[in-house]
Amino acid sequence: MNANNLTSIEAVSGRACVVRGDDIDTDRIIPARFMKDITFDAMGEHLFEDARKAAKGNHPLDDERFFGSDILVVGKNFGCGSSREHAPQALMRYGFRAFVGQSFADIFAGNCCSLGLVCITLSERDAEALRESVELDPEQVVSIDVSAETVTCRAGALSGNIPKGTRDRLIEGHWDATSLLLEAEGAIEKTAEGLPYVSGY
Amino acid sequence: MSEKPAHLFEKTWRAHKVRELPGGQTQLFIGTHLVHEVTSPQAFAMLRELGLPVRFPGRTFATADHIMPTDTQARPLADPLAETMLSELERNCAESGVTFFGKESGYQGVVHVIGPELGLTVPGSTIACGDSHTSTHGAFGTIALGIGTSQVRDVLATQTLAMGGLKVRRIEVTGQLRPGVYAKDVILAIIRKLGVNGGVGFAYEYAGEAIEAMSMEERMTLCNMSIEGGARCGYVNPDATTVEYLRGRRYSPEGEAFERAAAEWVAMASDPGAEYDDSVCLNGEEIEPSITWGIHPGHNIGVRERVPTPSEASEDERAGIEEALEYMDLDPGAPIVGTPVDVAFIGSCTNGRLSDLREAARVARTGTVQEGVRALVVPGSQEVSRQAIAEGLDEVFRQAGFDWREPGCSMCLAMNPDKLIGREICASSSNRNFKGRQGSPSGRTLLMSPAMVAAAAIAGRVVDVREVL
Ligand code: SF4
Repeated sequence: MNANNLTSIEAVSGRACVVRGDDIDTDRIIPARFMKDITFDAMGEHLFEDARKAAKGNHPLDDERFFGSDILVVGKNFGCGSSREHAPQALMRYGFRAFVGQSFADIFAGNCCSLGLVCITLSERDAEALRESVELDPEQVVSIDVSAETVTCRAGALSGNIPKGTRDRLIEGHWDATSLLLEAEGAIEKTAEGLPYVSGY
Repeated sequence: MSEKPAHLFEKTWRAHKVRELPGGQTQLFIGTHLVHEVTSPQAFAMLRELGLPVRFPGRTFATADHIMPTDTQARPLADPLAETMLSELERNCAESGVTFFGKESGYQGVVHVIGPELGLTVPGSTIACGDSHTSTHGAFGTIALGIGTSQVRDVLATQTLAMGGLKVRRIEVTGQLRPGVYAKDVILAIIRKLGVNGGVGFAYEYAGEAIEAMSMEERMTLCNMSIEGGARCGYVNPDATTVEYLRGRRYSPEGEAFERAAAEWVAMASDPGAEYDDSVCLNGEEIEPSITWGIHPGHNIGVRERVPTPSEASEDERAGIEEALEYMDLDPGAPIVGTPVDVAFIGSCTNGRLSDLREAARVARTGTVQEGVRALVVPGSQEVSRQAIAEGLDEVFRQAGFDWREPGCSMCLAMNPDKLIGREICASSSNRNFKGRQGSPSGRTLLMSPAMVAAAAIAGRVVDVREVL
């Protein structure tokens, strides 16, 4: 949060956890009833709460082989639905620092970037290879290289995609955009003056 | 004006571009920032921590909606957590000079209902709000972006956002909609066709005869659910309907200034010959009253169709369909008509405006709510409530056995006392049928138009609204 202290995020490596399924929405990641709070502090405690209850101990988060993982491997359109930052906040506070899947909902990916969390997409085939590899051998270390856009696991070095704007912000430490945006100074007011609905018709 | 033809998205983006950021993203000026109690307290706290003021308090407007109870809104609110959130928002607004539309203002309501109502949503503007259904405001021809809390902080601090560009897909809906078919059915049909993630990376431009014929309220319903199709935002080009809607609104310019504004607004519409990244066409005459059967809005069918059978689906979709049918407890291949409902909810930023209530009331006049069904009508705002009461709609609903409530998000999501219980199944005019969305972890949602919800409440089961209209 310190505006002058930029932390570059070039890589994330650690053990991974697999949550299968497509279109996992943010209501599922953090049910709305836990958002009745003016801070994000407690969000991690309720991550996937209803899904975990419904799975009666069979949810990947309750599988001890995955305890303490840093990377979450998912499917297609992860984080769709509500724009709630409570979802990436819950994932982050639970301990995840990066997400790998075939695709992410736009707002979710944007929220992750703001928090310095990495979202990298892989092709359908590579994503499946990664999921299988991790499920077979959860002890292995999975590494994400942000500038090379790769995910390395036992199945090999898989090449993926991180949109350029996001990649640069992570690498340059501008993922928390406030300080970068403040640099525009007077240019902001100047843009405002050119807009009749702001400056007057 | 010999510039290359451009679409509204491009023109608006260009006018709001502060500068290009290193890395190629754009620093985009946000003309109007809407704030609500759930996604803003942490942003105000971060701002305080950084020692920064709200940069454009005069362009920032707040209200409370998600946590508001709809039975009584007397203070302090019965739920202490809700009361804390509401007072925190009041304090943040007071300290930073942000206008707050609370109950006393007479304009409280769901943030996406009150923005247009007050005339804050204008063509060719940019709007951001810490809420995905900000896309609603696209009905006026705006770039309307749902954002997360860190971005709310960015907008509070700088009135700008760091944004990557978007592609634009033109979605044309031709012909005239048939009786009993509403904007809700059109957007469900679009999502069914393009998928819940078909819009990722896109802004949707809705066009064509069926869209041009829509009222502003219908256009809002349409744009509201753009996000359910994965699009970052959606919009309709401004025209005479847009201008007339804005005339005389609280924040609209007056007299000659209004005429100048109107000319500016209409000029923002996409030019003939503008190029799009993609285009899609639907025949409006073929759209049926639609209803969801599964656990995301793409799981929808025409009301006369049957629930899908996993074995007949593509391999890609099979697992998703199986999971959805199991959760919903529906039989593969069964007709959706006749599915019993326990709860009926009319409201939300999708379908909680006056025209929605009028259509539902037309149906409510034809009978009374089936015994055992809980039926709620929740106006989207105090203004909607006043108008509906002036027309006597509240009485129509009450006489038919519906519960008439105070404005708020209500049963659209589970942050206030209006919730499903256990496995209850709800006919709902809202926008999301995700697992647990309506407050019970095992509760079930069938999305449909408000008229269809009213018809289901009366019959106690899903019916084709065309039979009662
Ligand atoms: S009515 Fe529903 S979708 Fe709209 S803002 Fe409220 S909770 Fe969100």
